Amino acid sequence: MLTTLRDLLRFSLSFRFGAFILLLVAVAVATSFFAADPPEKRRVVPRKFRGDPPSAQYVLGTTALGQDVFWMTVTGIRNTLIIASIAVVIGRGIGVMLGMISGYLGGMTDRVIQSIVESVIVIPRLPLLILIAVILKGGLTFVSLGILIGLLDWAYPSKRYRAQVLSLRERDFTHTAIFSGMSTRKIVIQEHLPFIIPFLLADMVSGFVFSIGIEVTLSYLGLNDLNSLSLGTQIYWANEWSSIYAGKPWVMIAPVVSVIVVAAGFYLVSIGISEYLDPRKRLVRLQTHAQADAAAEQAADPRKEKE
Amino acid sequence: MQLLKSYILPRVVQWAVVIFVGVTVTFLIPRFSPVNPVDEMIGRMTAFQTIDPQAVVAMRATMEDLYGLDGSLLEQYLAFWRRLIQFDLGPSFQNFPTPVNEFIAAGLPWTVGLLTTTTIISWLLGILVGSLVGYNQHKPWAQALERVVIVVYPTPYLIIALILIFIFAFYWPVFPMTGGAQGTPAFTWDYISSIFRFGFLPALSIIIGGFAFRFIMAKALSTSEVASDYVQYAELAAVPKRRIVISYVIRNTMLPHVNDLALSLGAMFEGALIVEVMFGYPGLGSKLFTAISNADYNIIMGIVLMSIVGIATGSLIVDLLYPVFDPRVRLR
Repeated sequence: MLTTLRDLLRFSLSFRFGAFILLLVAVAVATSFFAADPPEKRRVVPRKFRGDPPSAQYVLGTTALGQDVFWMTVTGIRNTLIIASIAVVIGRGIGVMLGMISGYLGGMTDRVIQSIVESVIVIPRLPLLILIAVILKGGLTFVSLGILIGLLDWAYPSKRYRAQVLSLRERDFTHTAIFSGMSTRKIVIQEHLPFIIPFLLADMVSGFVFSIGIEVTLSYLGLNDLNSLSLGTQIYWANEWSSIYAGKPWVMIAPVVSVIVVAAGFYLVSIGISEYLDPRKRLVRLQTHAQADAAAEQAADPRKEKE
Repeated sequence: MQLLKSYILPRVVQWAVVIFVGVTVTFLIPRFSPVNPVDEMIGRMTAFQTIDPQAVVAMRATMEDLYGLDGSLLEQYLAFWRRLIQFDLGPSFQNFPTPVNEFIAAGLPWTVGLLTTTTIISWLLGILVGSLVGYNQHKPWAQALERVVIVVYPTPYLIIALILIFIFAFYWPVFPMTGGAQGTPAFTWDYISSIFRFGFLPALSIIIGGFAFRFIMAKALSTSEVASDYVQYAELAAVPKRRIVISYVIRNTMLPHVNDLALSLGAMFEGALIVEVMFGYPGLGSKLFTAISNADYNIIMGIVLMSIVGIATGSLIVDLLYPVFDPRVRLR
């Protein structure tokens, strides 16, 4: 595990950047627990500081309603990540299960599941989510929103796991295991799962990007629990009180920049992990381990030598 | 004939399956939700005024009929399909008794126009620029461009649109902030130019988002293509670079792009919906947003069904164009 992390940090620029951003995000989330007052509470900031631009005392400025934008933003990041985590766990859970069932059973089951999966990929999810959210309006909490997003985000992942399973099934070691009398359950758990788990990891990280985007979008439409803080609801309220026209852009800028940074962090990490899993790049890495650095440099990048 | 049997027919069947699954899900969602939409609606209507209890009972019966909530689940389901086939989506609640069809018909041309233009532009641009960057991956400009796209790609459409509004409509107002066109619809220069002026920022937001997605895919595909023997050979043979990129690299990575276009239409549509809301563009997205705030359930339902059928049909058309690009399918 530690070697993997070290390799990732050493060989992947995007992982290094992404990990750094996610570390900052983690610090922000940890900070959010130390807020003196609940950040959604209004009239916390003394009257003379209300609606002020960023200053030494209020790092990201304050709203006209007397909230401290810094505490709002860190709490928003935390809550958005809670929603996204629930969505990712549920979505990938369904995806892995369907993909594995489809890949292992094959035949008619596979065909039926695949044609449903193909349909779900094509169907636009946002209108469906909006329909559900409108029906549940008022009853939506962070948890139910997370579950909802997760329930609609499993089609693409399941296709990838199915492809993975199909290729694993044809590998030599699977045949060896079958001929040596290993039970199917054991083959799946002991031989195949170790291959699936890294994929799952990369996939989960990239799943955050989608879930964060959907959370922000639904909140902007007013379909989240608007009394709680998340990056989306923060943008909703900043827009609702027209902070930009009122000349207080910092209220809007903080959550907008946070969304971009957090999403980019997750995306960079997922690129890093998928690069790491790419068999061709892995070969390059193994060579680097074996050879001296100078020689490795060339092996890693044959095109450089040519230019 | 062979093409029809082995290629076109399965695609048409898949199209039917998509619509079947979509309509079934749309039918089931309100029925399995813990909140009864009829109660919800009556609760909202009686919240601010006192209504005669008898009127409430009558209202409930009308609404259950409207929603198709009487009879067993199977009967409801069949009735749902029957109404759909007759394009009967019911009346709008807010603007009773205007049929939902009229609302959708008013918004549809805007959305279709916006979506078609932006999809084609972002698709072509993404493939071209992505392949160029994949071919020149060690040049500084290519790496700089790739880094920019890597940050843009995970950014939601909403945020892209928001930033464009701030910059080009608020701080530096070169484009109008909301609306679809100016003046009365006519075939005049003023009206048509205003369509472009009003549509520019919404289109730009969707193009940026769609471009980033296509760019990343094109770059990944062309990177592996560039490393292949025939490209190296072409380089050694001093084939012009432009020809290598366009007729070799792009031509050989075209199939996954066409295939993927059919699958990504849904995502582009979602982007278009939210961008329309942001810019008050008079398409389906804005209609949906107004319906959400008015809890106009029939319009929401109609737009959801409409978008499922529309996107499924769009994907079918792209899929049917696939043989044009793939000689293996065409000549089999």
